[in-house]
Amino acid sequence: MLVIFDKVQKSYPGGRPVLRDVSLSLDRGQTLALTGESGSGKSTLLNLAAALDTVDSGEITLDGTALSKLDDPGRASLRRKSLSLVFQQFNLIPSLTVDQNLSFHARLAGCHDPDWCAHLADRMGLSDLLARYPENLSGGQQQRVAIGRAMAARPKLLLADEPTGNLDETASATVLDLMLSLVADTGAALLLVTHSHEIASRLDRRVHLAGGQLA
Amino acid sequence: MTMAVIQALASHWRAHRLQLMTLLVGLALATGLWSAVQAINAEARASYGRAADQLALGQFDELHHPNGPIPLSRYVELRRAGWQVAAVLEGPIRIQGQTVRVLGVDMVAYPALPAITQMEQSGTPPDPADMLTAPGLLLTTPALGPLLNGQTGLPPVLISDALPPDLILTDIGVAEVLLNQSGKVSHLIILPDQPGAVPPLTDIAPELDRILAREQLDTAQLTHSFHLNLSAFGLLSFAVGLFIVHGTVGLAFAQRRGMIRTLRALGVSMRRLVWLIMAELSVLAIIGGTLGLVLGFFLAGALLPDVAATLRGLYGAPISGQISLQPQWALSGLAMALGGTFLASGHALYRLSRMPVLSGAGLQAWRSAASGSWIVAIAGVAAIVGGILALLLFGGLVAGFVMVAGMLVGSALVLPYALSLVLILFQRSAKGPIAQWVWSDMRAQLPGLSLALMALLLALAANIGVGTMVSSFRLTFTGWLDQRLTSELYVTTATDQQGRDVAEWLSFQVDAVLPIRSVELAHSSGPLFLYGIIDDQTYREKWPLISASDGVWDRVIDGTAVLVNEQLARRENLWPGQSLVITPTLTLTIAGVYSDYGNPTGQAIVSMPRLDEVAPNAEARRFGIRVAPGRATELAQALREEFDLPPRAVVQQAVMKAQSMAVFEKTFVVTSALNILTLGVAGFAILTSLLTLWTQRLPQIAPVWALGLTRTELARLELLRSVLLAALTAVLALPLGLALAWALLSVINVEAFGWKLPMYLFPLDWAYLLGLTLLAAAIAAALPAARLLRMPPADLLKVFANER
Repeated sequence: MLVIFDKVQKSYPGGRPVLRDVSLSLDRGQTLALTGESGSGKSTLLNLAAALDTVDSGEITLDGTALSKLDDPGRASLRRKSLSLVFQQFNLIPSLTVDQNLSFHARLAGCHDPDWCAHLADRMGLSDLLARYPENLSGGQQQRVAIGRAMAARPKLLLADEPTGNLDETASATVLDLMLSLVADTGAALLLVTHSHEIASRLDRRVHLAGGQLA
Repeated sequence: MTMAVIQALASHWRAHRLQLMTLLVGLALATGLWSAVQAINAEARASYGRAADQLALGQFDELHHPNGPIPLSRYVELRRAGWQVAAVLEGPIRIQGQTVRVLGVDMVAYPALPAITQMEQSGTPPDPADMLTAPGLLLTTPALGPLLNGQTGLPPVLISDALPPDLILTDIGVAEVLLNQSGKVSHLIILPDQPGAVPPLTDIAPELDRILAREQLDTAQLTHSFHLNLSAFGLLSFAVGLFIVHGTVGLAFAQRRGMIRTLRALGVSMRRLVWLIMAELSVLAIIGGTLGLVLGFFLAGALLPDVAATLRGLYGAPISGQISLQPQWALSGLAMALGGTFLASGHALYRLSRMPVLSGAGLQAWRSAASGSWIVAIAGVAAIVGGILALLLFGGLVAGFVMVAGMLVGSALVLPYALSLVLILFQRSAKGPIAQWVWSDMRAQLPGLSLALMALLLALAANIGVGTMVSSFRLTFTGWLDQRLTSELYVTTATDQQGRDVAEWLSFQVDAVLPIRSVELAHSSGPLFLYGIIDDQTYREKWPLISASDGVWDRVIDGTAVLVNEQLARRENLWPGQSLVITPTLTLTIAGVYSDYGNPTGQAIVSMPRLDEVAPNAEARRFGIRVAPGRATELAQALREEFDLPPRAVVQQAVMKAQSMAVFEKTFVVTSALNILTLGVAGFAILTSLLTLWTQRLPQIAPVWALGLTRTELARLELLRSVLLAALTAVLALPLGLALAWALLSVINVEAFGWKLPMYLFPLDWAYLLGLTLLAAAIAAALPAARLLRMPPADLLKVFANER
């Protein structure tokens, strides 16, 4: 298995539990939708998988590496080399051009492949927009850049937090199609947080979180 | 409704206490530095005014002799003819190393001198008989009292608050003895209420010039340039402080856009909102301004003694060393704080008032802000060109300051655009993704940091400019002292006869005895000190001529030419080849011009026979003695013993130089203090900008952290970014600072003081300043960086979560 969540527990600083004994797994090439109400712990689970936060108890293993054993630089290295993130608000770097944003993560990870980036830009329909800055793009275009940035590093695991939450229906469909086809082509695993049942239904599996527990 | 809106507006400051503190500190610093300078200026002017009132200076017409003192006989003739005139004899004496001005007035002729009248109304009035009969009475200030009481051979001393500082007021008979000028009168005061039938002055005293009261040059006029310089520096400090206010208010308004939208949606009119925000700003300005006044008062108190010493040394200006709280000073300080706050907030307030009720927060359009910087840059270039044109077209001190202001403000406006261009170049040449991000992110930060960087640019340029001026002046002054103080010993005898005895005694023992004789003449350009010299190689080899015609010394010595000091040359545009009217009967060709730093008055040098023609009674008590340096100490001792001279009557060259340098260093104490304070304010501006920008930085940093950089790496990069921006600003400040130094040395100094100085470069000073700047930037960035380092991941994750 590529990712294993084993009895993961996490509480807010005040002590209120967010995740309670969550266990699940995801293999290479699989796609998993994580659904649930607001405050159910979906994003927290995603952040834990992304090594952005640490568990209170339990363990998350990514490609054989126990995340709780890693220190801060270790977790940063993991984020650079093994996984990629796509956010609802795109979180592009406003001061870099589309071209520079696309290659940014891959260059950080030390695996920049200009041909692959050019291919991604072409596939994402961004080839004519490479010299632009994020502020000059539409929401759909920005999210395509964010997905391109994530896939340019050829991650083993792609984590997406409501990637279509800020987009209209047409743009959402385009973005999701692109993401799923790229994941399929590269053999990466996808863990996607969404409110939408329609989007969740297009993924291989679907798990529902309620009150911090898998339903 | 109004109360509800006020509560809503005030809630912002409760939630952003650091921002509130920054705003108040910015206002306090701006007001404090400005008010300190104003307090010093006001105190000095009040001192001049008091002195003028107490001594009736500039209130009555005066009679002066064009060739120096007026003979006592002429005074007697005028009185006998019915003219109500009073004789005045004045001059400096040194007591225990301190120069004190002696003012002797004929108390019989002019008993109603305001200072005397004031003393008579006090608890301890002087007895008129004591004043007029031997041994007389010395009236002086409480500060000088102990100094005089410790001296033997002086008349009794009466202390009074009704006198200017550093002054001894006495009857003219006592002053004659103290100044050793028996039978001489400096000038005559024409008293009011003259009898109807008196012969015209042109008949009984045709040689005397009548100087009308309004034409008399007073201390305030003499020191005008000095105070203008100080005010300019105060204004610069004020402007640097306002940058902090502008940045903080701009950010507060930006952060309150959402609240303003909500309030408007709830039915509050924009007009009401603008009025309430203006009222809020006024309250903050008054609080910050009051804090500034307290700061300014103490700062002025700390700086005033040095300013007083400078003014006394340079102009002989009477000024007390204590600051007093004036209501108008406090009111003008608060007015400046209010005006400055609205000036700094005007743009943000205008933009807020024009904000459509439905406007959204939108993306952070940093590029739009950055791309607008070229318009600001054009305005900056226009300011620089305007300043230069003002100087070229109008000239003068005020135009000089306009040019300096245009140069400084213009360069500050050009800075963001210039930095942006430099950062583009660096970004293009960057190879790695992090380097590329750092450079591009620095560009993105520019709009938010540009005001703080402008403040830094101004402070650095002022430091480099003023530092270069002071160091160039010091270097020139040191060299000039070496040229001017060439004699190994300087002797001052008690009387002219003793002077002749000393000269004769020395003539066989030393290389040369150089008499130092002078007379003060009333000249059309103001007071003119005429010196006489003998023919000696010392002058030919050492005298610091800055312009000379052929055979300059031969022509001066043979009595056909004159040398003038730079001040007189520049003020009257008199250069070699032109003529100087010394007295109505003596006009000589100018053969050369010499530098004469630290002296505000005109000076000329002629041969000794020429001086004797003009002023046969010019005292001959001072000499420079050329002797082998190894013999100076032994000879000084021998002189003291032979002629029973007090220690201070024989001074060695090194002591004279040390005294002169001490006066010089004291002159620039205030400038240096203001320099350092301005740099400190600029450092604080960077800190406050970084802190206020902190909330905007997290959305930039968090995604990069999520992409795989550690908080430690990001904190280091934050630190590096600030240091790099400060370093780039410092590099750009260097040419501006040097341009400022040039303007100060070649324009302001010439207009204000009458001397032009060569400019020297001091790269080590720049390196030190750069180090200080980088340190200040690192300290300013350390707090935000440390925050980032300690920030729990949960807080960084809020960046992603909050945007839902």
